[in-house]
Amino acid sequence: MVKRIVVGAHYGLRDWLVQRVTAVVLVVFTLVLVGAVLLQPTVDYAGWRTIWSSGIVRFAALLAMISLLLHAWIGVRDIFMDYVKPTGVRLTLQILVILALVLYGAWSVQILWRA
Amino acid sequence: MTAAAKRRPKHLDLAKIRLPMPGFVSILHRVSGALMFLLVPLVLYLLDRSLASAESFAGMAAFVGHPLTKLVLLGLLWAFLHHLFAGIRFLLLDLHMGSDLAAARNSSAAVLVLSLILTVILGVKLW
Repeated sequence: MVKRIVVGAHYGLRDWLVQRVTAVVLVVFTLVLVGAVLLQPTVDYAGWRTIWSSGIVRFAALLAMISLLLHAWIGVRDIFMDYVKPTGVRLTLQILVILALVLYGAWSVQILWRA
Repeated sequence: MTAAAKRRPKHLDLAKIRLPMPGFVSILHRVSGALMFLLVPLVLYLLDRSLASAESFAGMAAFVGHPLTKLVLLGLLWAFLHHLFAGIRFLLLDLHMGSDLAAARNSSAAVLVLSLILTVILGVKLW
């Protein structure tokens, strides 16, 4: 009988899936945004503001931002897990990244709903 | 582990590692992702300034017009395009498309070339 040694916190598959779903969301948002810019006759301040004050773009942007935060977290965490060996340093860096990402999320909500 | 397996040479020295083309695309996927993570605050700052008021929009345009900012944004453009194309390639590989050696080599070369060419074209257009 093969002796299986099961290790890990079992978030591997979930994160693998999250990384792919968020990637697709970000590609779709990119296409929507590029399309919206190309449809605008002139991209001056008024035109730019029109794009971002539309409800669809606003919520699409929020969904994209949440996807970006999750995607960036998994990516950056994987980089740290591979290259930063001392646990204390890695933990500190990961906490800083989480705090930065949460801050970026709050900032983007402020930007989007003020426009 | 057998004795033979233990004697295998390990080349974890970064200066000695010669990556094949798909490996090169893979590590650049990481590099471009890390670069974009670092530039998130810049992008949010630019978006904030561009939407706050007509004056701040003009200020943002002047800031983006600076050669140094343009250079950083050009780097960001490459990172985005490389990450996008390499990411699509990885998704296709997940679906078992193009995973034989020849196809994987070709698609990795395509990702490298396409992202560089598009960076130059869009860079020239937007400059």
